[in-house]
Amino acid sequence: MDVLFLSRLQFAVATYFHFLFVPLTLGLSILLAIMQSLHLKTGNEEYRSMAKFWGKLFLINFAIGVVTGITLEFQFGTNWSRYSRYVGDIFGPLLAIEATVAFFLESTFIAVWAFGWKRLSPKAHTVSIWLVALAANVSAFWILIANAWMQSPVGFVMQKGRPVLNDFLAVITQPYAILTILHTLSAAYVVAGFFVMGISAYHILRKQHLSFFTRSFRMGLTFALISSLFVVVEGHMHGADLVHKQPAKLAALEAHWETGKYAPVYMLAIPDEENSRNSIQIGPIPGALSLLAYHSPSAEVKGLRDIPKAERPPVALTFLSFRLMVTLGMLFALLTIVAWFKRNKLESNPLLLKVMLYAIPFPYIACELGWTVTEVGRQPWIVYGLMKTSDAVSPVAASQVGTSLVAFVLVYSLLGLAAFLLMARAARKGPPKSVAGTTAGKGV
Amino acid sequence: MLETIWFLLWGILWAVYFMLDGFDLGLGTLLPFLGKSDTDRRIIYNAMGPFWDGNEVWLITAGGVTFAAFPATYAVLFSSFYTPLMLLLFGLILRGAAFELRGKLEGKRWRSLWDACMTVGSFLPALLLGVAFANIFRGIPLDAEGIYQGDLFTLLNPYGLLGGLLFLFLFLVHGAIWLAVKSDGALQQRAARMAKKLWVPLVAFAVVFLVFSWSETSLYYNYTVMPALFLVPLIAVLALLLVRACLARKDYWKAWFASSLTIVFATLFGVVGLYPNMLISTVNPAYSLTVFNSASSPFTLQIMLVVALIFVPIVIIYQGWVYVYFRHKVKPEDLHGEEAY
Repeated sequence: MDVLFLSRLQFAVATYFHFLFVPLTLGLSILLAIMQSLHLKTGNEEYRSMAKFWGKLFLINFAIGVVTGITLEFQFGTNWSRYSRYVGDIFGPLLAIEATVAFFLESTFIAVWAFGWKRLSPKAHTVSIWLVALAANVSAFWILIANAWMQSPVGFVMQKGRPVLNDFLAVITQPYAILTILHTLSAAYVVAGFFVMGISAYHILRKQHLSFFTRSFRMGLTFALISSLFVVVEGHMHGADLVHKQPAKLAALEAHWETGKYAPVYMLAIPDEENSRNSIQIGPIPGALSLLAYHSPSAEVKGLRDIPKAERPPVALTFLSFRLMVTLGMLFALLTIVAWFKRNKLESNPLLLKVMLYAIPFPYIACELGWTVTEVGRQPWIVYGLMKTSDAVSPVAASQVGTSLVAFVLVYSLLGLAAFLLMARAARKGPPKSVAGTTAGKGV
Repeated sequence: MLETIWFLLWGILWAVYFMLDGFDLGLGTLLPFLGKSDTDRRIIYNAMGPFWDGNEVWLITAGGVTFAAFPATYAVLFSSFYTPLMLLLFGLILRGAAFELRGKLEGKRWRSLWDACMTVGSFLPALLLGVAFANIFRGIPLDAEGIYQGDLFTLLNPYGLLGGLLFLFLFLVHGAIWLAVKSDGALQQRAARMAKKLWVPLVAFAVVFLVFSWSETSLYYNYTVMPALFLVPLIAVLALLLVRACLARKDYWKAWFASSLTIVFATLFGVVGLYPNMLISTVNPAYSLTVFNSASSPFTLQIMLVVALIFVPIVIIYQGWVYVYFRHKVKPEDLHGEEAY
């Protein structure tokens, strides 16, 4: 196995794993902040207990997210040094600004919040969790701008064979970046909403802490409903934008080979990359792809056959990931709409509650599929149209990368397992008994 | 000019990172030697509790600034130091997880497992950061393409190892003093004794390092050209002596500030001597990466300067506030709350 392959595999492992923890941090921090604000506003102690209970899960998740995040910054230098040298003028500052503007704030105030339950006034304590939520989301903003630039490089001129920044505003305000940010954040909020609903459903099914978890469930539901409806609409815009930015990715998303007007979407297709066609394609919806991409059924959409083989992304993986992600996204919207109508009689809908409990992993899967579409679909480019992934890898030995890859897999598996078991344990345990007592009293 | 300003900021960022994370890396390494009981150990964890994560962001920022301001240096440095950086990374991952996960279960084996992660995960970064910086001061075999012509053992040369030991002992003393600041009673006394005991080899390593730097590196060149610069290592040495004096007077806060000063000026001693080089090639000086041939465009450096001038002071203000707000001693009764580690 060569350095390039091993480095890509290592980057994939590190990024997929890191992103198991990021979405919950982004979404749950906002929910925690809302809970604490409601506590301040209403004086209802149950909101404070909610912040405490969900906060415990949040902290375990946060810790693993933080420690696995450092890996990503380091890897650009250790494994992708030719890339780093090439894009340093634009990509580097975005990472540096993220750390200075957001990550400091997040890491400092998460500790203030975690250690401040008794020391800080309730008001100051609420401010600290809002700062964490704000910083986490601003952090995502900068990182996604950096990623968007790899997808759609703008705001630069070529100097001595490398891109040099000449329009900073173009980099941070380009539509591709805005669409990426909205898409990723709203998907993260879906993860958090389903996480809260799922764990609440577990306790409601067992008739434990009913008031506490019904309230939590409804908060998660409102959050997930808004986000999952938004992500569907916004996802469509994001996809349509690709036709201008990355026609190869768009064609791969739909396994679209022939350039033509009235480009169809197939209900079922199996791409055959060798022969540049679909080995099976069933149920064409004529003009659907043209409609999605250009909002006109007769528009011409470029097919993969008109893109040189060396510049096509892996079609089957991109296509399949995209299909699954979209299907899941639709399901989330549907599920949250159904749940919304049953929100006042949750206890009498055990089936819904069970579905919600088992739905917890699916928004996570959808996020990872989304990243697969984004990153695999950009191949063979690391910076679209400017630099190939194969030209970006560090001049290090395959044995070095192989060793670190094995170590990552081992350490991350154990960390992931420990975090999962501890979170599951804390989630099952529920809020402390004293809290349960008071809420039961209120319930009666 | 902009390149030079950023080089100075780059050096200061690393110095501040070593000063801040230095004490929790040092204290983490000392965990099994200072923490005799589980209560002791929990006090040690909680003495670092509200600070370690914010401290570590200085590393992310120092790394990010290297990437942004000097991309060529970042690229060559990080890929040349592949194995030590990976070891450092795994250390930081395990110790970060130890903070959060250790206290979640009661089991003895569970807790000693994470204590081991804390110790090893603190020791490795402390040592390797020193090895890395000593090699930066000394230079590494880089060819004309900037490709590293060595391996891990090239970096483990006597001067590199000496740098590692110097950093390790700087951090150990710094960490022991921090525990003396943050604890009471027997634990505090143990910490103070440890700081005094480790101070002796630290002075020895510092002296040998300063002497070896004369023969092994060209760090002193800038100092001979501009002798006023000797003030930088002089402050480091005086601050190191002050550490011992403050420890003798049981004035632990002052000892900690003196130790901070030592670390900052020891780092700046190397940084000032390094200028204008960033990564010296021992193969041919012409292949060296300098502040000028590895910097980003002036426009990028300007934008980053604006961001840094606005946000770094803000960061210093709120992190300073956290240190003041959580300056109290950690007592056994503080461990009962759910929020304690």
